[in-house]
Amino acid sequence: MSLLTQQQRLQLCRLLEEGLPLAPRPYLLLAQQLGAEEQAVLAQVQSWQDEGLFRRVGLVLRHRGLGFAANAMLVLDVPDALVDELGDRLGKVDGINLCYRRPRRLPQWPYNLFCMIHGRQREQVSAWIEALLRREGLAQLPHRLLFSTRAFKQCGGRYAAAPEVAHG
Amino acid sequence: MDDLDRRLLNRLQHGLPLVREPWVALAAELDSDEAVLRQRVQALLDDGTLTRFGPMFDIERLGGAFTLAALRVPEERFEEVAELLACMPEVAHNYRREHVWNMWFVLGCASYAEIEGCIGLIEVATGLRVLNLPKEETYHVGLHFPL
Repeated sequence: MSLLTQQQRLQLCRLLEEGLPLAPRPYLLLAQQLGAEEQAVLAQVQSWQDEGLFRRVGLVLRHRGLGFAANAMLVLDVPDALVDELGDRLGKVDGINLCYRRPRRLPQWPYNLFCMIHGRQREQVSAWIEALLRREGLAQLPHRLLFSTRAFKQCGGRYAAAPEVAHG
Repeated sequence: MDDLDRRLLNRLQHGLPLVREPWVALAAELDSDEAVLRQRVQALLDDGTLTRFGPMFDIERLGGAFTLAALRVPEERFEEVAELLACMPEVAHNYRREHVWNMWFVLGCASYAEIEGCIGLIEVATGLRVLNLPKEETYHVGLHFPL
């Protein structure tokens, strides 16, 4: 099986940034554009996925339009010695879509653990989070729930479609 | 959106199988037809339900620097500041949130030095202090919306 040249890899990456062609054999279509074999393209895509360059061939949903209007950022002030363990634990909870550690900025900002939760109704999301914190024994930790109330349109944001940097 | 659309979107959020004929595999799973599934995805892209279909790149691995930033904007200046940010290509995902830090957005630049430059620019232009909260550790990334 022939491998892709460096030039072909670069070209493939550019093509994939546009998305995957909606064709019966998308990797054959891409291979024809590169002058390569279908199997080589598929192997390259698999290898990029294994390396973590992308997580999956998936999609970006306009979630607000689908009724996911209650988007909450849960922030907690977790002792430094516990934050990694707790981050791993909360990150595994079904319903927490993103979980990150970020720096405190004292005195203005005391919170170091950030979780994003998306739901359809605000009361439901609040109740779910409070129940989660009680269940995990975290209700006594200083925390806040910051719901978003409005999304602003950007003129030409380069990263607007990148959900992993999003916070809601 | 009908039942097939919902099943298709729920399934695709976990990823399209990496095989020669992914739609045949998916059609078998969803008890549907491969051409119909592709038409459905195209229609969902056309009507804006989907903004992208394809590999979900880890953009930080592609190069670039990101941060989550916030501003405390006085109520009477909210629109003005939002408009200013709307015109900056480095700004994405700007949301109003219920907190004294009431405007939250992502900054994406080629390097962290550029992020700092961009924050300086926002501070000069608005006269407001920017809260800069770059990610220190990722515990979980997995946006999933059960439909």
